[in-house]
Amino acid sequence: MAKVFFPDSFLAFTEGIRETTSSAEVYRDLVADLIVRWPGLADSLEKTAVAIDGHIHQDAFLEALSQESEVFFMARIEGG
Amino acid sequence: MAEAVEYKQIGSRPIRPDGVDKVTGRAQFGADLVLPNMIHGKVLRSPHAHAKILSIDVSGALAIDGVFAAVSGADFPGGGIEGEASGEGSLEDIAKNVIARNKVLYHGHAVAAVAASTPALATAALDAIKVEYEVLAPVLDVIEAMSPDSVLVDENCFTNLPEKPTEPSNIANIGKLARGDVAEGFEQADLVIEREYKVPMAHQGYIEPHACVANIDETGRGSVWCCTQGHFEFRTATAKILGKSLADLKFIASEIGGGFGGKTVVYLEPLAVMLSEISGRPVKMAMSREEVFRATGPTSGTVTRVKVGLKNDGTITAAETWSAFEAGAFAGAPTMPGIMAIYAPYEIENFLVEAFDVLVNKPKVAAYRAPGAPQTMHAFECALDEAAIALDMDPLDLRLKNAADEGTTAPYGPKFPAIGFKACLEAAKVHPNYTKPVPEGAGRGVSAGFWFNVGMQSSAEVHINENGSVMVVEGSPDIGGSRASMALMAAETLGVDYTDVRAHVGDTETTGFCNVTGGSRTTFATGMAVIQACEDVIADCRKRAAQTWGLEEDQVDWQDGSAVPSPGVNADVKAMSLADIARGAAKTGGPIQGRASLNAQGAGASFAVNFADIAVDRDTGKVDVLSFTAIQDAGTAIHPSYVEGQMQGGAAQGIGWALNEEYIFSDEGIMENAGFLDYRIPVASDLPMIDTQIIEVPNPSHPYGVRGVGETPIVAPLAACSNAVSRAVGQRLTDLPLSPPNVLAQLDG
Repeated sequence: MAKVFFPDSFLAFTEGIRETTSSAEVYRDLVADLIVRWPGLADSLEKTAVAIDGHIHQDAFLEALSQESEVFFMARIEGG
Repeated sequence: MAEAVEYKQIGSRPIRPDGVDKVTGRAQFGADLVLPNMIHGKVLRSPHAHAKILSIDVSGALAIDGVFAAVSGADFPGGGIEGEASGEGSLEDIAKNVIARNKVLYHGHAVAAVAASTPALATAALDAIKVEYEVLAPVLDVIEAMSPDSVLVDENCFTNLPEKPTEPSNIANIGKLARGDVAEGFEQADLVIEREYKVPMAHQGYIEPHACVANIDETGRGSVWCCTQGHFEFRTATAKILGKSLADLKFIASEIGGGFGGKTVVYLEPLAVMLSEISGRPVKMAMSREEVFRATGPTSGTVTRVKVGLKNDGTITAAETWSAFEAGAFAGAPTMPGIMAIYAPYEIENFLVEAFDVLVNKPKVAAYRAPGAPQTMHAFECALDEAAIALDMDPLDLRLKNAADEGTTAPYGPKFPAIGFKACLEAAKVHPNYTKPVPEGAGRGVSAGFWFNVGMQSSAEVHINENGSVMVVEGSPDIGGSRASMALMAAETLGVDYTDVRAHVGDTETTGFCNVTGGSRTTFATGMAVIQACEDVIADCRKRAAQTWGLEEDQVDWQDGSAVPSPGVNADVKAMSLADIARGAAKTGGPIQGRASLNAQGAGASFAVNFADIAVDRDTGKVDVLSFTAIQDAGTAIHPSYVEGQMQGGAAQGIGWALNEEYIFSDEGIMENAGFLDYRIPVASDLPMIDTQIIEVPNPSHPYGVRGVGETPIVAPLAACSNAVSRAVGQRLTDLPLSPPNVLAQLDG
């Protein structure tokens, strides 16, 4: 099961839960899984960046997740 | 650390392809285009920092012979514009920033625009526009703006919380990151440092003012020539603000005289398009320097409170930071990157950082190199310097004691892959500028810097000419030498010489979408697209060689710019160079081209260490930078001279921000130093030669190990300068800029 970590900005929608697991095998399915569990997350998940196993993705979709994956949601960064 | 790779083209230092045009004046910048029948647009700006617009009458302007169009906010589509702007903030706010609707929110806010046959007539037309205002009190101080009793900049702004507050507020957003038990961490500390720091609002200070020429026909279609960091995103923003189809507008990026984040958002372009459409003529608009200062750009001023706890051996046990960012008149201060960056160089078990995005009656902030990071990291790096003094530790050793490395969990969540922060610190320790004694009367300040770097979307096409020379076309405006770096990566990939490659920036009709040149993404992401497009060419050339030789495609390799039979393949043939294949292209399938579009992932973070020797005249408060050294992990340096140039340019801007630059407002909210005489950016005579050292820890996610270089160099100079001055005077100076009057005031205080 991939480990999934939520930032502070998500906690209001996850009943304060900071960490969960998911059996999803691609990022798209992880998002669907999380929205089923916490519907209030949908908007945040649409706008978030994500780090999967240390690699930061601004717009993840079909990125593979393994049983050992670590997934961190984080604010999108652009820059100057 | 990955082993160094030997390249043939990458790492060389060819002269810049745009250099001759720029030094001879041939290069065409935003205001240089002249079209037949062109007329001139100008903007009427608010004389008040905060006021209701009761009425606007443009009839007087339109009555002047030679005036072709006059518009105000009422002529533009109303609300409901969906989408995020490049950087922070919404397109809806960008639209209201382009031209005010019911309220003006800062001094210089656009309220009307005209187009006339000459600039002088356009100015006369502005004078003929009548605007009635109900003047309101402005709120200019970020702390005051956070008070529930404050004047509201926007009565419809509610703090962005899961449950909408019942009362509006100037606090638009709150960002927070936390880990561990901060209270317990401070319990473990032998030393606690706690202090408040201020960083002023500052401008990107690009030399070329914003300028564009719009040429729209009677069907509403046309082109816009403009200086921009991203003509695709300018097209999107302009089309959405005007309710147009993207397909109706072609955007062409001119040469650009600096951007640094400030040219990622539109100001003039929607106005010019509307004026051109109404008048039926091409319309040129170019800002004055004063307009640039009053109505574009700046980055947030901040107030930051830092508390850090350490053990006697220098181990950081806890850190806590509170930071208020001025957003200007619309939400969108770079709070999140600021709080994600502040502790990034260090492994800290217990921390909390909160930041507030606060509306004030000042210009809307825009991105500026590593947005948010210089402000927050200035505070933390100053606190670490104070701790190093208290613990009698070398400031580099204190940072090495806590330095993040591969596998460290970044404060924003993921574990770092290979990074070069320790390598930068170790290089600093043995640098001759660091091992030499500190000059008498001076202080030596050290600071770390960090930026994430980003990927995002890019496209590229590679065309092979009939003689085998190569034309690269991509859509990232060249601000820092990207045409040279694209050509170098193409040459390396194809196995040809750099001199056989030309790189071009295509317009929105001739190449695929690219996000803005910003975030230190272009060499990484657009470079990746160029590499993939070259690989597309190579695959095609292998196929053509196989056809020629009667082999299967997988029996042909690509080596040093030529197709050759794979090892073990028995074929009595001569290697076919790219030029050979190009000459015969008509018989093997026609012109050769490759293309790639991608959303680049896996950007690699970049760390820096800077140190400065600065002398202080205690009688006058004048500071002199005696030496400045910038060391940065840039990943693989594609063109080292450009990397060094980015490091020097970022350092110069950071030094300017630390020592001189600030927006000075009157009580009425009028900027009092809107020109380069009074807003003093450093010139060459103010600075020593900035010594650079590139550390190259390759980014494992890029084919050539590119990380990106442009953002990080501005982060560390603020604290490096602040720490140097503080050590020179033996007193912690907390408020930037450290200009003579501010130094004297803090010394006296």
